[in-house]
Amino acid sequence: MAIITYRDALNQALREEMQRDDRVFIMGEEVGIYQGAYKVSKGLLQEFGEMRVVDTPITELGFAGVGVGAAMVGLRPVIEFMTWNFALLALDQVVNSAAKMLSMSGGQFNIPMVFRGPNGAALQLSAQHSQAWESWLAHIPGLKVVAPGTPYDAKGLLKSAIRDDNPVLVLEGEMLYNVKGEVPESDYTIPIGKAQVKREGDHVTIVSYGKMINVANQAADQLAKDGIRAEVIDLLTLRPLDAETVCASVRKTNRAVVVEEGWEICGMGAQIADYVQRDCFDDLDAPVLRVHQADVPMPYAKNLERAAKPDAQKTVAAVRQVLYLD
Amino acid sequence: MARKKPESSDDPALRLSLLREMLLMRRFEERTAEAYALGKIGGFCHLYIGQEAVGAGAISVLRPDDYVITSYRDHGQALARGISPRAIMAELFGRIDGVSKGKGGSMHLFDRNTNFLGGHGIVAGHIPIATGVGFAIKYRGGDQVCLCFFGEAAVNNGAFHEALNMAALWQLPVIYLVENNRYGMGTALERASSVNDIAERACSYDMPNEVVDGQDVIAVREATIRAVTRARTENTPTLIEVRTYRFMGHSMSDAVSGTYRSKEELDEYMKRDPITVLRAQMEQRGEWSDEKMAAIDAEVRAIVEDAWNFADESPEPPLEALTEDVYVDTTSDTSTGAVAGER
Repeated sequence: MAIITYRDALNQALREEMQRDDRVFIMGEEVGIYQGAYKVSKGLLQEFGEMRVVDTPITELGFAGVGVGAAMVGLRPVIEFMTWNFALLALDQVVNSAAKMLSMSGGQFNIPMVFRGPNGAALQLSAQHSQAWESWLAHIPGLKVVAPGTPYDAKGLLKSAIRDDNPVLVLEGEMLYNVKGEVPESDYTIPIGKAQVKREGDHVTIVSYGKMINVANQAADQLAKDGIRAEVIDLLTLRPLDAETVCASVRKTNRAVVVEEGWEICGMGAQIADYVQRDCFDDLDAPVLRVHQADVPMPYAKNLERAAKPDAQKTVAAVRQVLYLD
Repeated sequence: MARKKPESSDDPALRLSLLREMLLMRRFEERTAEAYALGKIGGFCHLYIGQEAVGAGAISVLRPDDYVITSYRDHGQALARGISPRAIMAELFGRIDGVSKGKGGSMHLFDRNTNFLGGHGIVAGHIPIATGVGFAIKYRGGDQVCLCFFGEAAVNNGAFHEALNMAALWQLPVIYLVENNRYGMGTALERASSVNDIAERACSYDMPNEVVDGQDVIAVREATIRAVTRARTENTPTLIEVRTYRFMGHSMSDAVSGTYRSKEELDEYMKRDPITVLRAQMEQRGEWSDEKMAAIDAEVRAIVEDAWNFADESPEPPLEALTEDVYVDTTSDTSTGAVAGER
């Protein structure tokens, strides 16, 4: 199996799906001549031409709406946000148009489209460029939200997202684009709505997704040195959320820690904790703990940024706490 | 500008059919107001009374495979597009036989069969969607057009600017039709826009534009013919500013006059009722007779009564419908691929 980057895995998914279905096109800032702000769309303009690889003005609300309109009449747009930070300007189209069209039209107009781009913090980009929006987005009925953390998952989930007849949001990560992993050259998809046990263990369940799955894995490695066997669940999809896989694991381990990139209040971890307390209350031997970003706008200074972000060390500490080791 | 017209507007049969259509809208909405007062219709409900010539004139130009998209003041355009009055009234009543199965209500009328793409509730939110429909037409190499209605207050919203810029930049077959009824809710145009001639906004995008008397259905139709021809044959978008006036409040909860506009102003504008204006044109040509008009009025009243009765008898949506139509469970591998506008 080829070892390629997360970036190239996404690129393969786009290319394969554009070859497969001529209704699929990609639109966004710098996706064409510039080859993508993060080079995810590299080579696509040359292969598919200007009508299918469309450079837009810096007009997030506008081109998100263009995508909705095109999807409404049967095309299958992939709208690239240079980052989800900029997508805030487009949320009216994502939430009020894409998510609700099917329902408010009484089932007449589905919106088969993808909104994708990097989510969350990179390095020292400060407050406006370092935000994880998944809990905002996963809140909305009518949307599907996926957050792949590995190249393999990125390709398989993006392909599923493009083929889905609903609006699907793909949360990537700037810090993930260079991460390498095994990716088959063959055509494969990963089902939306299914979590995956990334690592088996029986002492504690670590639930995570997206970029943070790598933090969870690092923490599990460190814990293993102390003989602690952590089970790592990768949610992969945040809506619809596969609570069953999480709860099955917690029934086995009796303990759970959620690692999420966003802020604490109303974050993904709050939802996971709710599912766990509802579905496996009697199985719990400790409260569910959450590792998340500090409740502040992301600071620029290197040391402060590090202090604000979730990491393996904080995850290990939380795991030791639910195991009553510290 | 001498351009070849798809069909002549100087046609007695056309005038008669436009008159009938405007009368249907008027009678339909008069009954809508009554139903609202009786509590049969809830929520926000925005009437089109006074503006009928705009929807009737502009939509009369379109082919069945063209697209229409509009804001929340959508009853008149839905009727003009040929959606069944029964299905519209049932939607207003929140019933299962409504055009949007009772999920949309007054502001969200949708109909796939007539390429009526809604009924949108966020001011200016649907304007980029219209641009996207134009993009899809060009993408497929079709010669359809997308006709997009919105009020003059929407032009102060960023979505308007973003959408028109891209449509002009990419040369998309969209007609942006501003219904300038002078007030965005209670705020007069002059109190909201730094430019009072809305059509001039098109100059920012090097887009053809035109100002039209919105009380004259034939004038609206003629301007739309010019714009549709440009869109169909040259992929050129147009901004049409149609100057009109709403005779009712912004919505059912808004007084007709007294706060932001005077009774005198309203009375002055009501002298140019679009139905009266067309009637005068027909009288001038000897096409008017009171008997004929009485017959048409009786006919449209009967249609509206039938719609009311149909809506009243239509069941409420079953509770199972609550969770339906939030997602489709298909993918491009399983769906039929049939889409609106492909026939």
